[in-house]
Amino acid sequence: MSIEVREIVRRFGATAALEGVSLHVARGEFVALLGPSGSGKTTLLRILAGLEGSDVGSVRIEGEDMTGVPARERRIGVVFQHYALFRHMTVLDNVAFGLRVRKRRPSAAEIARRVRELLALVQIPELERRYPEQISGGQRQRVALARALAIEPRLLLLDEPFGALDALVRKDVRRWVRGLHDRLGISTILVTHDQEEAMEMADRVAVMERGRIVQCDTAEALLREPATPFVAGFLGEATRLDCHVRGGVAHFDPLPLPPLRVTLPDGPAQAFLRPGDIAVHAGPGPCTVRALRDAAEERARLVVEFGGVLLDATMAGGQPVQRGASCRMALRGGILFGADGRRADAEPVVRVLAG
Amino acid sequence: MSERFRPAHADAPWARALLAASAVLVAIVMLVLPLAAVFAEALRRGLPVAIGAILDEDSLAAIRLTLIVAAITVPVNLAGGIAAAWAVAKCDFPGKRVLVTLIELPFSVSPVIAGLTFVLIFGAQGWLGPWLQARDIQVIFAVPGLVLATIFVTFPFVARTVMPLMQEQGRDEEEAAATLGASGFQIFSRVTLPNVKWALLSGVLLCNARAMGEFGAVSVVSGHIRGETNTMPLHVEILYNEYQFAGAFAVAALLALLGLVTLAAKTMLDHAAGRRAGGAA
Repeated sequence: MSIEVREIVRRFGATAALEGVSLHVARGEFVALLGPSGSGKTTLLRILAGLEGSDVGSVRIEGEDMTGVPARERRIGVVFQHYALFRHMTVLDNVAFGLRVRKRRPSAAEIARRVRELLALVQIPELERRYPEQISGGQRQRVALARALAIEPRLLLLDEPFGALDALVRKDVRRWVRGLHDRLGISTILVTHDQEEAMEMADRVAVMERGRIVQCDTAEALLREPATPFVAGFLGEATRLDCHVRGGVAHFDPLPLPPLRVTLPDGPAQAFLRPGDIAVHAGPGPCTVRALRDAAEERARLVVEFGGVLLDATMAGGQPVQRGASCRMALRGGILFGADGRRADAEPVVRVLAG
Repeated sequence: MSERFRPAHADAPWARALLAASAVLVAIVMLVLPLAAVFAEALRRGLPVAIGAILDEDSLAAIRLTLIVAAITVPVNLAGGIAAAWAVAKCDFPGKRVLVTLIELPFSVSPVIAGLTFVLIFGAQGWLGPWLQARDIQVIFAVPGLVLATIFVTFPFVARTVMPLMQEQGRDEEEAAATLGASGFQIFSRVTLPNVKWALLSGVLLCNARAMGEFGAVSVVSGHIRGETNTMPLHVEILYNEYQFAGAFAVAALLALLGLVTLAAKTMLDHAAGRRAGGAA
């Protein structure tokens, strides 16, 4: 189902949690709400679920206004951050809950059949007699998902659902959940503060900052054309550097970085340089290699230091380097924001130094 | 290095032994001995005498009255306690802190004062006295007064045992139930209540024990009419003051026994709840 969020404002006392948020989720789409804690993403999720009211604005599901519709009539499945499983019920009873509280309740046999189907779908059919405290975090999450799916939701909301899982399990579960979404085709909104998770799982990522959605786009577009310095700094692994633009050229002094050509007015600017933008050449130079990653691969990642500033960079080929070796840096490009907030792509002044 | 390893946070063995011994000693002198004395005294002239004293008409009336008061008090405080705990744990409203403090009022105010308040309100000279007398309703020196006083004194037991648990559990499960389509009543009866059932039972038993044993507040509003408004504790006092030691101790022993049975039931419940939670972990 399509979801239309319009100009939602929500205040808690003097502080505004949401300041005019609009968002459109197409039928079957997977959208991530990404932002640091306190950016309002969980509040937005709770308003969608009907657990929280909004001061201004509306939520429409398939054109139908949800204002004043209580949570229990919205048919929106929620997987809560800590799963919120019913602790005194077995896995089976947890999943069956949404079916048993219905006004026109299906027969016991029908409920049992549906629950078994769902448990098979989330691949934990053997756990139906267990209690939540007897199963692992990953299994609890699957129960929470099955329970939310039992009500045949029009929209699925996932509130930081992978936070409590350890890193190894998380990767698998992420892919599995996305696969499940593709199979079932339910519109899904994921709340997370993990950019990798958001970009891997979602069709589009809505980046939130202080109660606003600052940009909502595909992961690729967010990386290539960040709308604000906040987005540029929050996504990817860019290093932020202050620079100065004079006559269409950005200078990084005192850092030993070559200048970049950019169409911005003269004055101070912020540069966001991704590891791939900074090329490191081994050999005598003013910089020092501080750390190495993926050293065996063609384009080894490294951390280079100059005068106390650490930069994420990429090896430009040539001799392998050791930690502590001296080196020099070249730039392949970067994204700059002028003092007025305008963005411009930068490119090297002279295409030398390659190899 | 022949000395055995001892964790840094552990006390010296002699210190632990001393602490344990003094705790046991205090428990024996202050708790076990008096209780044993009551039973010993009650049975000093043999079981038949003790039973005879209990089967005395006035004693039976006192026992019946005590059970009636408890039977009314416990359900009332069960409902009131759940409502208060639920309101405090699951809702936000102005004056919440005041309500929490008020719930504990009966614990901090002397029961005698509580009894006097009821006399002040419902007594012949009290605020509602003339109105009640005109309608021939007797509150003070009658069963309604006893029930009112007992309800007041025992109100905190259910609320205070359930409230911390409800607060610790938060609202997550209730919210999950709401998104799954449950109505307010379904959420309460299928999620909130089952989650606190062990604490609730334990609170009910404590409330019951205290309701049967209450003396101070009840003493003020009772009027001590033998066979009519005397509960067991009051009856024990009367018998004792009249030097009828056999009867006094027999009734006292019965009262103590009721309390002990309640305590044992509560312990078993706590144990069962603990095993359910612990064994599952």
